[in-house]
Amino acid sequence: MTETIVDILIVFWVIVGAVFILVGSIGLVKLNSPMKRLHAPTKASTLGVGALLLASMINAFAHHDGSLHEMLIMAFLFVTAPISAHFISKVNIHRGVTDATPPKPQNDDIWATQDQPPDRTI
Amino acid sequence: MIDLALHIAFGAVALSQILAFVRLLKGPNVGDRILALDTMVINAIAIIVLVGMNWGTQVYYESALIFAMLGFVSTVALARYVLRGDIIE
Repeated sequence: MTETIVDILIVFWVIVGAVFILVGSIGLVKLNSPMKRLHAPTKASTLGVGALLLASMINAFAHHDGSLHEMLIMAFLFVTAPISAHFISKVNIHRGVTDATPPKPQNDDIWATQDQPPDRTI
Repeated sequence: MIDLALHIAFGAVALSQILAFVRLLKGPNVGDRILALDTMVINAIAIIVLVGMNWGTQVYYESALIFAMLGFVSTVALARYVLRGDIIE
């Protein structure tokens, strides 16, 4: 009986993680401006992978030797996801694809990303 | 029951990997392409975790951890190259 309850818990977290990952990628394809698209996959990297790793930990304790080293992946992803999202939003602002403009740099300087010939394409 | 849920999750994550690849091909600008690569790394980590659950082994966590680290470093390096024209100044 307890095994059934644990199995239901594992299935629940696996489905929750898969749904969040799928929703993140659908949002990445479907939303219509770069900053909106940045918002969707952060759910996949925190809630989606977090739920899958939680299911994996419950599975390891229920059916194999218990292990907690998935916590390492979870902690690493939760620390690095905001940093990479911040970098990508800075790329969007500096490349001029949003309405926002970066603040003026000091000493009448110009930002390196805006000091480009206009036909530069990456 | 767990096998069925794992197979559904494999299908969902594979579909989201294809959708992220569609965004990688479509663009339209460089920030979207970096974001699509970051999402593909996240989906690859999810697939590795699901494979580890499906086969009942513990040996895949090192590879998932290495994917997480390399994904973060490559995202930051790409974004920094676009921002500054150089990675280490």
